[in-house]
Amino acid sequence: MSRIHVTTTVNGDAVDYLCEADDTLLDVLRDQLDLTGSKEGCASGDCGACTVELDGRLVCSCLVLGAEAEGRTVETIEGMANGDVLHPLQKNFIEKAALQCGVCTPGILVAAKNLLDHTPDPSEEEVRYWLAGNLCRCTGYDKIIRAVLDTAAEMRGAA
Amino acid sequence: MAKDEFEKREFKVVGTRVARPDGLDKVTGRARYGADMSAPGMLVGYCLRSPHAHARIKSIDTSEAEAMAGVKAVITRADFTNVPASDGTRDILDNVMANDKALYDGHTVAAVAATSRSAAKAALKAIKVDYEVLPHVTDVDAAMLPGAPELHQGRQQESVPEGFSQNVLARSQYGHGDVDAGFAQADVIIERSFKTAATHQGYIEPHACLATMGNDNQGDLFCCTQGHYMVRNTCADILGMESGRLRVTASEIGGGFGGKTTVFLEPVALMLSKKSGKPVKMTMSRDEVMRASGPTASTSIDIKIGTTRDGVITAATGEFRYQSGCFYAMNGALGAMCGFAPYDLENLKSVGWEVTTNRPKAAAYRAPGAPMAAFAVESVVDEVAKEIGMDPIDFRLKNAADEGTKSAYGPTYPAIGLRATLEAAKAHPHWSAPLGKNQGRGVGCGFWFNFGGDTCVSLMLNPDGTVSLSEGNPDIGGSRASMSMMAAEELGVPYENVRTIVADTASLGQNEVTDGSRVTFAVGLATIKAARHAIEIMKARAAATWGIDAEAVEWVDGAAQPAGPNAGKFPPLTVKEIAATMSNTGGPIAGHFEANAEGAGVSFGTHICDTEVDPETGAVKILRYTVFQDAGKAVHPDYVEGQLQGGAVQGIGWALNEEYIYGEDGTLQNAGYLDYRIPVASDLPMIEPVILEIPNPGHPYGVRGVGETGIVPPLATIANAVSRAAGVRMTSLPMSPPKVLAAIKAN
Amino acid sequence: MVAVTLWGSLAELAEGPREVEVEATNLRELLAALEAAYPALGPQLARGVSVSIDGKIYNDSWFQPIHEASEVVLLNRLEGG
Ligand code: FES
Ligand code: FES
Repeated sequence: MSRIHVTTTVNGDAVDYLCEADDTLLDVLRDQLDLTGSKEGCASGDCGACTVELDGRLVCSCLVLGAEAEGRTVETIEGMANGDVLHPLQKNFIEKAALQCGVCTPGILVAAKNLLDHTPDPSEEEVRYWLAGNLCRCTGYDKIIRAVLDTAAEMRGAA
Repeated sequence: MAKDEFEKREFKVVGTRVARPDGLDKVTGRARYGADMSAPGMLVGYCLRSPHAHARIKSIDTSEAEAMAGVKAVITRADFTNVPASDGTRDILDNVMANDKALYDGHTVAAVAATSRSAAKAALKAIKVDYEVLPHVTDVDAAMLPGAPELHQGRQQESVPEGFSQNVLARSQYGHGDVDAGFAQADVIIERSFKTAATHQGYIEPHACLATMGNDNQGDLFCCTQGHYMVRNTCADILGMESGRLRVTASEIGGGFGGKTTVFLEPVALMLSKKSGKPVKMTMSRDEVMRASGPTASTSIDIKIGTTRDGVITAATGEFRYQSGCFYAMNGALGAMCGFAPYDLENLKSVGWEVTTNRPKAAAYRAPGAPMAAFAVESVVDEVAKEIGMDPIDFRLKNAADEGTKSAYGPTYPAIGLRATLEAAKAHPHWSAPLGKNQGRGVGCGFWFNFGGDTCVSLMLNPDGTVSLSEGNPDIGGSRASMSMMAAEELGVPYENVRTIVADTASLGQNEVTDGSRVTFAVGLATIKAARHAIEIMKARAAATWGIDAEAVEWVDGAAQPAGPNAGKFPPLTVKEIAATMSNTGGPIAGHFEANAEGAGVSFGTHICDTEVDPETGAVKILRYTVFQDAGKAVHPDYVEGQLQGGAVQGIGWALNEEYIYGEDGTLQNAGYLDYRIPVASDLPMIEPVILEIPNPGHPYGVRGVGETGIVPPLATIANAVSRAAGVRMTSLPMSPPKVLAAIKAN
Repeated sequence: MVAVTLWGSLAELAEGPREVEVEATNLRELLAALEAAYPALGPQLARGVSVSIDGKIYNDSWFQPIHEASEVVLLNRLEGG
C-alpha cells in the first residue's frame, strides 16, 4: 500500500510523516511521533483519552485520519506546559489530587484547557457537560471538576 | 503479626495532602503506560478470537497466514506444550489460548506477530478455524438446571448436591443458629429474589504489554498489571520456564480495580516473541477488553429476613447464585460471607453457589462478590424497616454488628467501625435534608475483608541523606506518595527527601498483587518496618561514632541522640550527617523488611443517596451522595477520598446503567463504551466523602485498606433510594429507564 | 485441643458437627490435624482455605500460633480485587 506524505504542525513544531490511509491521527502521534501522552481507550470516540486540539478545536484523535492533519495545527498534552512551567491546570491537577491512575488525565487536561481558553468563568454544570466526553473511571470526577473550577478562578484572578 | 502493632502518636507527614511524586509525569503525558513502550525491531501481535459462544475447535490451519509478507510468527494452543503445575494456572492457560473448545465469544484461538498492524490483521483473516458450534448458556439460573449445555465435565466439587448440571462447581454454606426457629419468632417476614447483570471494571487503559523472549529461555516483559510478580510466576508456569529467568516490569497502570489481577495477553506475547525471536507488543482493543478480559459475576439471589415488630431480626437466609464465566472463581461464597456481615444475627443460613457459563472468566472487581450480595440483603433490610415503620438507619443500628458479634462468616468481630459509620450518617445533615416530589433517599451498608500478603520493601540511604525506597506493587492511585509519607514520618525527614519507586521482579523479593485493599496497609507496614530497620543501623553508627553503647542511643525527630544524661553529652546526629560518614562508619546503610503481612482488619461503610425518578421516562438522577467509611488512619486524605468517591461512582454505574448484554447466539451485544455506558461527569453530583478514623490495631499507624469497601454499599443504597422515589421495589440491576418505567407501570 | 469452626458445607463433608477439636499449636499443625482426622476435607484443604484466628484472617502463615482458647474458623480461601 502506498503511503501518504503529510506535513503538519504539532505543538508548534513543523513535522512530516508518512502514514497509511487508514492510520488515525492517534496512531501517527503515538507510533510515529512517539507522542504517547494521548491514549487509546476505545478508538471509537467514546472515552476522550485521545483528545487533542486540531486547529484549536477539540477532537478525538482516534476519529481523525493521520492524512487529515495535512497543513493544520495539532496541540497535544505534550505541548501544554511552557518549557518547565506547567499550565495552571496541570499544576492544580497535581496539587488537588485530580488524578488517580492518570490515564484519562492528558485528554481531560487538553479538553479543560480548551474550555477555559474561551470560557474563563464556567459553572460547575458547564464543566461537567464540557467534560462529559472524557471518561474517568477512578475519581468519580469530583476532584477533577473542583480542580478545573479552582483553576478558572485562579486564572481569572491572575488576569 | 498477631500482636497489636498500633501505637498512638502525633503525625507530622501522615495525614497531610502532599503532591504525589508521579504527578508531573502524569500531567505532562510523559508517564509510560502499558501501550507506551516500544523496542527496536518490535513486532505487533494480535489475537484471533472465537465468534462463537461455545464451539469445539476441530482444526486450525495457519499455513496461509504463516506464508504472508511481514508475518513472523503464528501460534495456537499447540505451541503451548508445557503443562502448568497448578490447576489455577491451567485454567488461565485455557483462558488465554483456547484448548479443544472455545468457551465464550472472544476466546482467543490463535495469535499472530507481524511487522505491521495491517500485515497482522490480514494474517488473522487468513487463519482457517473449523468450528463445531455447540449449544451455549449465559444465564446463571439456566446454567444450573440439569440438561443445560455443559462447559466442563468432572470439575464439580464434592460440596454440590445431586440434581444440578455439571456447570455448578461448588456450594458453600455459612451461618449459625436455627433459622426455622428464628422465623417462627418473627412478626414480619419478607422474601425477595434479585438479579444483577455482569459489569466490567471499565479501566480506561486496555491491557497491553511488550514482551521480549529468546530461545535462551530468558525474557523481559513490560506490562500494565496490578501485580508483576503474579505475571512473572504465572507466565513462567505457563511457558515452563524458571521464574528467575523472566523479569517483569510494571508500567504505569491506567486503572485495574481487580481486572488486572490475572494475565491475558502476556503469555501469548511471550510465546510470539519466543517463536519470532523479536520483541512483540500487544494491546487489546476496547472490544477485546469487554469480550475477553474478566468482568464480574452476574447473579441471582434469594433473601428472606424475619423481624419482630420492635425491629430485632430473628432470622435470615440467603441463596447467592453467581456465574463467573467459563472457569471456577470463588464469588458466590464471598457473597454469602459478606452480604449479612453488617448484622448481628442469631439465626442465619447463607449459601453461595459457583456456576460456569459461556462467558469470559470473571475477574475481581473491587470487593469481588460483595456488592451484589449487599444489594440483595440491604434491599430486604430496607423493606423490612419500612414495613415495621422504623427509620432505616435506626433499624440497622438496632441490628448492627459490634465488637464481640459472631459474624455472618463465622469469626467473632474484634473492634469494628460499622456503628460509627451509621451514627455519622444519621448525624449528617444529608440524612435530614428535605426531599421533593419523585425523590427518594436510600441508605446501605457494606463490608469487605481487606488483605495483607507477601510484601517486600527496601529503603536505601543515599550519601547526601536522601532516601530511595523500593516497593513491588504497582502504584494504582497514589501509593508511591503514601509510602514516601510513611517512610518520612518514621525516619523524621521531609517527605520530599524520600523517593519511592516500583521495582521490577528482579530487584525485590516476591510481592502479592495490588489487591484486597492491601497496599497502604501491608506495604505501608513493611515501609515502616524497613525504616525502623534503617534507624537501628543509624543508631549503631552514631553510637560507634560517639564511642557509646547502641542501646544508649535513641531516635528523635530524624536524628540519633544520646538516651538520657548517663549516655554522655553529644550533639544529635541527623540522617544527613550519618549518611555523610557512612563509608567511614561501616559502609552503605539500608533497611529492609520482608514478610507475609497477614491479619489485615475488616472494613465497613455506609452510604446515603438521594435520587429523583422521572415517572414519564423511568430515568434516574443522582441528586446527592455521601459516603461514610472507616479508613483506620487516612495516610493521604485526598487519595482516600478519591477511593471513596471513585468506588461510589462505579457503584452508581453498576446500579443504573452498566450491564453485559448477551444475544440469543451467546455473543456480547454491547462491547464498547457507547453501548456499555459508564458514568460521565454530567451524570453526577459531587460525592461527599466522610472519613472516619478508628485505628486498625494490626498496623503501626492504624491504617486500614480503603480501596474496595466503597463499591459495596452503592448498589443497595441507590436501589433503596429509587424504590422509595418510585414507590415500587426494584429487584433487578441495572435500574435502567425501561426497567424502572415498567416497574412503575406494573405498580 | 483447639476448637475449629467449619463452614456449613465443610461440616457436612466431615459428617460431623460444625465445631471439631484437634491438637494444634500453629496453623500448619491445625491443617494437618484436620486432614488426618477428616480425610473428606482433603480436596477442599488442597484447594486452599483461609483461617480466621481470633478475628484475623490468615491464608498461608504456617507458624501463626494458635492457643487453646483461640477462636479458629475455617473460611473459603479469600481473594481480593
Ligand atoms: S480513544 Fe479516542 S475517544 Fe477513546
Ligand atoms: S484517573 Fe484513572 S481514569 Fe481518570
